Amino acid sequence: MNKITKKLLSMVSDMDDLPENSAFNIREDSSCAGRHSTEHVEIVGKTDVPGIDIRIKPNTKGESIYIPACITKSNVDDLVYNDFYVGENADVIIVAGCGVHTDSEESSQHNGIHRFFLEKGAKVLYLEKHVGIGKGTGKRFINPQTYMELAENSYMEMDTSQIKGVDSTKRTSKAKLEKGAKLVIKEKIMTHGEQFAETNFEVELNGEDSGADLMSRSVARDHSKQVFRSIINGNTNCMGHSQCDAIIMDTATISAIPELTANHIDAQLIHEAAIGKIAGEQITKLMTLGLNEEEAEAKIVEGFLK
Amino acid sequence: MLELKDISFSADGKKILNHINLKIDNNKFIVMTGPNGGGKSTLAKMIAGINIPTQGKILFDGEDITTMPIYQRAQKGVAFAFQQPVRFKGITVKDLIALSANQQINEKKMCGYLFDVGLCPKDYLKREVNTNLSGGEIKRIEIATVLARNAKLTIFDEPEAGIDLWSFNHLIAIFQKLREQQEGSILVISHQERILEIADEIIVLANGQISKHGPTQEILPELLHKERCKFCIRQEESI
Repeated sequence: MNKITKKLLSMVSDMDDLPENSAFNIREDSSCAGRHSTEHVEIVGKTDVPGIDIRIKPNTKGESIYIPACITKSNVDDLVYNDFYVGENADVIIVAGCGVHTDSEESSQHNGIHRFFLEKGAKVLYLEKHVGIGKGTGKRFINPQTYMELAENSYMEMDTSQIKGVDSTKRTSKAKLEKGAKLVIKEKIMTHGEQFAETNFEVELNGEDSGADLMSRSVARDHSKQVFRSIINGNTNCMGHSQCDAIIMDTATISAIPELTANHIDAQLIHEAAIGKIAGEQITKLMTLGLNEEEAEAKIVEGFLK
Repeated sequence: MLELKDISFSADGKKILNHINLKIDNNKFIVMTGPNGGGKSTLAKMIAGINIPTQGKILFDGEDITTMPIYQRAQKGVAFAFQQPVRFKGITVKDLIALSANQQINEKKMCGYLFDVGLCPKDYLKREVNTNLSGGEIKRIEIATVLARNAKLTIFDEPEAGIDLWSFNHLIAIFQKLREQQEGSILVISHQERILEIADEIIVLANGQISKHGPTQEILPELLHKERCKFCIRQEESI
């Protein structure tokens, strides 16, 4: 594992060392830089396509599984398929995330396709951070795709963030929920310079009493552009909520495009979207506490994306 | 400590403050009152740097701060509690108190400020200062943040606005505690007789001019006798 990988790992997974007692797979420039399974979590490489299968036994409780991917140089075009099979009543944390470093004018990209299959009563907290670093002028692309199938009474929470350095991202998250299943997605994005970020949520609420809460908070600075699309189809007695909350700065552009479809009389679907600049009174308040205008603005953005 | 010299302020062609001269000494508790629209909030915001006078000078500890930015005045020791507190998405009560204290502050001390304003710290420290807080809650949090400033001059713009009677009684206790413990002066804009009663001095501002300024024992009886019905009420009567 090289130095850049170590740096990226600490940024995307808060890992300073390999987690000895946890299952993990570290992907470095399209290769495996380390893998470890545990009694309850088995990680095996795929034979047909690049990627791994992660099998979590039923009733596994309290384990954390680390699946980060790092690209440490320019001119890497990485594509990976990772499938997570989460057994009945398991309750685990999965830490993924991707860091891309470019050191020349050549671009690099990571396309991570993650599929989650949660069995009855399973519970997953999925943490995913994306960052881009490096002095190279090459563009850094990260395009994550997440597909989730939630069986009866399962629960999945996905906390995903992209705070800096990624020039372009197209983030797709699709889910199908059965009876009593719940999905929560919390997304935080900041774009600057000429960056572009597109989010596409698509959720099918198929089971009775299923529910989805999709929340995006974002800040677009400079001349960056963001698009947020949120599709929820309520096909039965269910509850769907999507929210896009965005701060726009400088000459940025933000679009929020909701699409709610109720295919059942008892489907309750809500979308909220708010896009606006930082309120002048917020800056004034923080200035009365001794912060200058730039510090006040930074604090407001930091709090908003916390 | 604070001296306003011939301060005037106009906005949209209208004169709001008209040749104000005022001195506030160290360790005084001063209440400014007067009819609505008389210029009280404008004057308070001018001291904090939110408004800049169109004429005149503001001296703070002998230094000319007339055009000094808000944050530099704050760093020099001016604190300001807004009449309509500002809300933030994502910033917690704990964040705001820590920013106000401008130093490493332990949780016990933070809890003390919240306790002083009648809020249970356990319930509030981690809460966001957003629209989920009621008017009364956010008002108390605003006061807690200002207490944490421990400033040379603390200005409260109608602290009683939007709070209930129980909180109002707490507010009186807070001011009394501030007087006893804090080294510095307090300037409160208020219409409430019970706040006026505990002041060292009262200023009456009407039509952009100071019509009265003097010790409470001189000014208050005059106000109660002549002008109470106009703008000065007891809190109990107003709710």
